[in-house]
Amino acid sequence: MKVAENLTARLLQTIGAQRVVVAEEQLAAYSVHGLAPRAIVRPSSADVVAEVVSFAAAEKLALLPLGSRSKCELGMPPDRYDIALDMTGLRQIAHYDAGDLTLSVDAGMPLRELEGHLKEKGQFLPLAVPCFESSTVGGAIASGIDSALRQQYGSARDFLIGAEFVDGTGQLCKSGGRVVKNVTGYDLHKLLLGSLGTLAAITRLNFRTFPLPAASGGHFTNFADCQSALRYRLTVEKAGLPLANQEVLNPRVAEMLSAILERAGEALPLGLNRGEWCVYSSFEGSDAVVQRISRDLERIARETGAECSEVLQTAADESLGGMLREAFEWLRWGSPANVICKLALPEVKPEILAALSHLTESDSLRVALLVRASNVVYFTVFGESEGDASIQSLSKVVAGVSAVVRTAKGNLTLLHAPPGVKQKGIGSQFSPSDMATHQRVKQSFDPFNVFAPGRVLGGI
Amino acid sequence: MERRRPLPACRLPHYSEVVNLQRASLNPSLIREMKSLLGACNVLGEPEDLLLYEFDGSVEKAKPNLVVFPHTTADVSQIVKLARKYGEPVVGRGAGTGLSGGALARGGGVMVVFARMNKILEIDVENRRAVVQPGVVNLDITRAVEFAGLYFAPDPSSARSCTIGGNVAENAGGPHTLACGVTTNHVTALELVLPDGEIVRVGSRQGDATGYDLCGLFVGSEGTLALVTEISVKLCRKPEAVRTLLAVFETIEDASQAVVEITANGITPAACEMLDGWTLRVVEDYIHAGFPRDSGAVLLLEVEGLKEAVEGQAAAIEEVCHRCRAREVRLAKDDRERDLLWRGRKSAFGALGRISPSNYVLDGVIPRSKLPKALQRIHEIGKKFGFSIGNIFHAGDGNLHPIVLYDTRDTKQFEKAIAASEEIIRACIEMGGALTGEHGVGMEKSELMTLQFSDADFALMRRVHDAFNPDCSLNPGKIFPLSRGCGEIRIKKKGAGSVNP
Repeated sequence: MKVAENLTARLLQTIGAQRVVVAEEQLAAYSVHGLAPRAIVRPSSADVVAEVVSFAAAEKLALLPLGSRSKCELGMPPDRYDIALDMTGLRQIAHYDAGDLTLSVDAGMPLRELEGHLKEKGQFLPLAVPCFESSTVGGAIASGIDSALRQQYGSARDFLIGAEFVDGTGQLCKSGGRVVKNVTGYDLHKLLLGSLGTLAAITRLNFRTFPLPAASGGHFTNFADCQSALRYRLTVEKAGLPLANQEVLNPRVAEMLSAILERAGEALPLGLNRGEWCVYSSFEGSDAVVQRISRDLERIARETGAECSEVLQTAADESLGGMLREAFEWLRWGSPANVICKLALPEVKPEILAALSHLTESDSLRVALLVRASNVVYFTVFGESEGDASIQSLSKVVAGVSAVVRTAKGNLTLLHAPPGVKQKGIGSQFSPSDMATHQRVKQSFDPFNVFAPGRVLGGI
Repeated sequence: MERRRPLPACRLPHYSEVVNLQRASLNPSLIREMKSLLGACNVLGEPEDLLLYEFDGSVEKAKPNLVVFPHTTADVSQIVKLARKYGEPVVGRGAGTGLSGGALARGGGVMVVFARMNKILEIDVENRRAVVQPGVVNLDITRAVEFAGLYFAPDPSSARSCTIGGNVAENAGGPHTLACGVTTNHVTALELVLPDGEIVRVGSRQGDATGYDLCGLFVGSEGTLALVTEISVKLCRKPEAVRTLLAVFETIEDASQAVVEITANGITPAACEMLDGWTLRVVEDYIHAGFPRDSGAVLLLEVEGLKEAVEGQAAAIEEVCHRCRAREVRLAKDDRERDLLWRGRKSAFGALGRISPSNYVLDGVIPRSKLPKALQRIHEIGKKFGFSIGNIFHAGDGNLHPIVLYDTRDTKQFEKAIAASEEIIRACIEMGGALTGEHGVGMEKSELMTLQFSDADFALMRRVHDAFNPDCSLNPGKIFPLSRGCGEIRIKKKGAGSVNP
């Protein structure tokens, strides 16, 4: 306890009492994978962030920068965790040139609040990430979580144009800039995407913004089986229709979505027969474009043997699009112990989805599959309890997914799992060379290993 | 608040203290060993052969001691190990069309030319991916996949000759990157050879690799971290409809105001290029593309997508241009007219060669809302130094390319051209812009980097550099300034050649 007291005293002396919290009941709220920090610091500026990082580096302490903490359990548990760096106090718009469609915003700015500011100028940031209501901009970037609008706007790496951050030596650094085209110096800001707080404390992010579309539309269609749903998906792709998003839902995901909508007094557009696969598409543009895409999707659905299909009314589309943006969130809480993997596959074939669906024979473990743009598949398996038997079966399933993905020459990211499963599941998929390359980057940004050691690739 | 001491372990010696740019004559046994490794036909060492590799498209000049042509990744790894054994630096090169001296052997040594690693290894039409070797010419990727209605989006003006390896090193852009993004947005995986010869892979063919976005780091690192030996790229689907418009303005102010308004109105054309009156007359005399010789500036605009989308966008652009006092907005009636307009744009630099012995193409970026002000500043700077500076550039993304005409034989004039260029770049930075939008830092702008980056920024970039290239054996003398602080900007004394981007 003596060490903790000393740490507290020194932190208070260095950073100032008004920014440091050490009350135990508050510390628990900053736990990551059950590990609570010894102090919380709430910096009000980038300079204070730099002070805290310098302090941690000199004291050989481990720091974890956090936003709203909605997705801090992505990645592995940190090996050490002394100070939670709560970035939500940095929440100004530093620069917004609506005429240039560029924005520079503090990392702690909530996405919902930012949305309001941009809307006033008829613009938006296409970061449609889960936990949208609470997420901060910095958290969305550091978590690396997928945006549901990536089909049209790309992922964050395509519109993040610069960043400011405090590196592991306590220095405020920057990379990129505030212009939409720029090749000056290394693109270090790209490394922050999905870095899970292991490289730097992000203080500010620069983005390219986008005009709000004049109109938007949605389309929903049901298929008797996976083959037809994927045939429809491929035909739509080949038709070159510019969709904002398209998601293929296996029967389990469709049932869950249906149940959630029912609780909210709504329903899936077409109702649902047991075993059906559904495809949701959303699209944007002028009225003429929206009508054209609706028409073409109806035609393609008919031609590829859809059971039924429907062009959605705006309210239904917004509700469904919002629910699917949050899919990670409701899949995560779908059972007492479950596993969510993000798979990126060179090709999404019925055989692969079938192999994934049949990884578990037991009725108590059921598989949910959600196929998104860029051949990204969210694989979820629901366990019944946190008991040893359930954990063991989940681990077995993760090993199975890993094998399927390896055979398909894709890659797997273990997003969510009970701690025991995560540790077992992650180890084998990275070669010593992968680890060494990541280690070089980690060492450069964080030579004293201050930032959340152990969170990336199970050890970095 | 108590200010803490900086952490001592992170102090690095200045780049100028660690990089060795002293040229020494080559050990003959290195040549012998290279020849036995690659075969004599893949090794060039005679002075007359090396002359060809002394230039790229920039105003810089530096000769390698040896040029080698690998055929495989294993060759590259062996070459690097051999060069290392003899203490020679290594620099990678594609077609040598770069505009910042990135592919020049500043410290002499071994130049690895990827021209013979030019195979397209795999095309996956359904999933829109291709895997290629670095020596594949940019346009050849599109040629190989257009049968399936696909294309490779980044299209630098040199697309007919530049290689994808060079595009990756420089993170190349082009006119059509406004809507589609630059090279980094289209690369998903890389195979690399590190300076010690180790072969590593980063990213994944599909994208979304687990861990850090290492592809994002290596693309645009200008050959200072690794040599790229294989590239996985995304392919785009050709749009259903394209409309090409030529908007003609009496003044450059009106044309730039139209760009500001197009951007601010949320219209994203696929391309938005500007030629000022002076440049378009030079081009028109050469290509006869149909640019009105008496106009102050033209905008070459392209919209693409669904039929319904392009019609709406073309109409919106036309309306904005007329609001900004366009004299005429002309829609290309067919492919022939479209190709001619684009040929006019892409041949501009050749056209300039007809009226001046040399030209120097600058590259800077500004926020698009500052375009009228930036063009005004360029005009003033030209006047101050006694040059007429032409402008032909990617207006839609604020990427300026002022062109200074000068005579190489007149050293004073060249020095003045460099000084004018520096002042233009400073003006870009003051307006919230950046040093380079697509040509790269290379040798050309390394001394100007201090305008944009702090000591802390350099320290981090250096640590990343050193993590992969600790003894500066790979492409030494690039990106990082050799002088200390902004006061000591280098004025180059040597002559320069004509630019052919």
